[in-house]
Amino acid sequence: MLLVGTLVCAVVRPGGWPEAVFAVPAAAVLLLAGVLPWNEAQAEATSLAPTIGFLAAVLVLANLCDRYGLFEATGTWMATGSRGRPIKLLALVFAVASVVTAVLGLDATVVLLTPAVLTTVARVRLRAKPHLYACTHLANSASLLLPVSNLTNLLAFRASGLSFARFGAIMTLPWLAAIVVEWLVLRRFFATDLVGRGQTGAGPARPVPIFACTVVALTLLGFFVLSVAHVDPAFAALGGAVTLAVPALLHRRAKVRDVGFALDVPFLAFVLALGLVVKAVSLHGLSSLVVHLVPATTSLWSLLLAAAVAAVLANVINNLPAVLLLLPAAAAAGPGVVLAVLIGVNAGPNLTYVGSLATLLWRRVLRERGEQLPTSEFLRLGALTVPPVLVASTLALWASLRLVG
Amino acid sequence: MMHPMRVVVWLVEGTWQGCLDATAPQLPRDAHVALLHVTPSDVAEVAGAASAGLLGRALRGHRPVRRLEEIEDEAASAILTGAVERLGRDAELLQRRGRVEREVVGAVAHGVDLLVVARDGDRSRLGPHSLAPATRFVVDHAPCAVLLVWPDEPPGIESMPPPPPPGHHPPARGPPGESGPPRVRQ
Repeated sequence: MLLVGTLVCAVVRPGGWPEAVFAVPAAAVLLLAGVLPWNEAQAEATSLAPTIGFLAAVLVLANLCDRYGLFEATGTWMATGSRGRPIKLLALVFAVASVVTAVLGLDATVVLLTPAVLTTVARVRLRAKPHLYACTHLANSASLLLPVSNLTNLLAFRASGLSFARFGAIMTLPWLAAIVVEWLVLRRFFATDLVGRGQTGAGPARPVPIFACTVVALTLLGFFVLSVAHVDPAFAALGGAVTLAVPALLHRRAKVRDVGFALDVPFLAFVLALGLVVKAVSLHGLSSLVVHLVPATTSLWSLLLAAAVAAVLANVINNLPAVLLLLPAAAAAGPGVVLAVLIGVNAGPNLTYVGSLATLLWRRVLRERGEQLPTSEFLRLGALTVPPVLVASTLALWASLRLVG
Repeated sequence: MMHPMRVVVWLVEGTWQGCLDATAPQLPRDAHVALLHVTPSDVAEVAGAASAGLLGRALRGHRPVRRLEEIEDEAASAILTGAVERLGRDAELLQRRGRVEREVVGAVAHGVDLLVVARDGDRSRLGPHSLAPATRFVVDHAPCAVLLVWPDEPPGIESMPPPPPPGHHPPARGPPGESGPPRVRQ
């Protein structure tokens, strides 16, 4: 009940309060009532803490890139590069959204890149829909590549015991497979919208923020170097965030308050609290149920099953709690199963975005506000992309596990 | 015709320039021209939904839907302003937001003689489903004459597929346009 309540409040956010306002007391109640033993809670918190630190650094890094004008510059680059051709623009949006999601995380694509893409499309005067869907879909399905691409990956990264480089090496093929499938389906689905010629050379050119780009590239390199040196790659993210933050603060590009906002402490608290709530639920019966759902071998069928179970669960209760629930059982079965679960929880949400429970609520909230409900279009597009992405990426994972080992 | 002809030209991103160029020579001198642009309301909503998928992360102080709507509105008025210049004559400007196909049909529901629509769709696949769904809906439901124009060069006669072999019967419930009498809307 508390898990469901926590999730419901997280999506609806009564009174506009941050989701932590509901999740933290829920975790506290479980602790005080003795449902969640202190030692279990401590162990869970200790294992989550580095992940939360990593997440915080990546959130700040992406936000500062925005402050340095990275996303605006990318938008201008796409506008110029497309020469007003809708299919070429879509290809550029695909490339940019895939890379941004992989390197700076899905949040960066949804919150920072999507507005930049829509501004670009508006400036080029083309139809927005195919490009918007490319961003929202790739934010999920192109978040397979690196541990930093998605919070779910960060959680799974710890559990899998893989190194940063190895994680990336194994997930390269599944990541590419997901992007190719998304391209084929979106290109066909929006064939009638990708027509006409837009404007060329519209708007002033923005200088590419070389400093921010360099820092991001070095951070990325740092992830691999540190992981080879057996140092926590979170330090690379921290280094990158600090390197961008100090000059930004000195030159008043950003205020301390902005960095604080980007850090999003309430959300970090929410992740911790959600982890504790899920832990309590797992301890009281759900984990024994989950063990039966997650296959224990890395045969192709097992991987497909793991991905499918994860995708369904992600759509019922949202991918964050889904991955927290499935990870212990998946980790016991080995890194292959963990990564298959990731494919499910990352690509799955394109079916309903928030998880169907949450989608239902979201639709109700919209209706209450007198806003128009979205068309069946996004559900149809989700139904067309998610199953083939799951299958293609899992096949690619299976091949990757055999190639990379 | 007693009153001056009332014409609505529906302008869409990507095809509006060609649509105006094809239409301008056809319009009577004294026609009352209105230029219509509709912003689809679901674009900003889909973006909002994706943000909701983050469970509210980085949403504080951030109103993505509102910001996207502003971007869209600016783009829409820029198209309409550019269109009046390109047309080179007075025109009423209609800027709407909503379900595109319904807004367009609603805009021509009363006292409009002619609606000008640019063809869209995939030019490499001319055939029954060549118009985008919204355009198809408008062509089907507009309660006035509809002029469907090519926003660029019309295809050559060679774009027509070869006739079916003798003895071939079209399926009884084929998609419209492939069987039955041709429906000319120009």
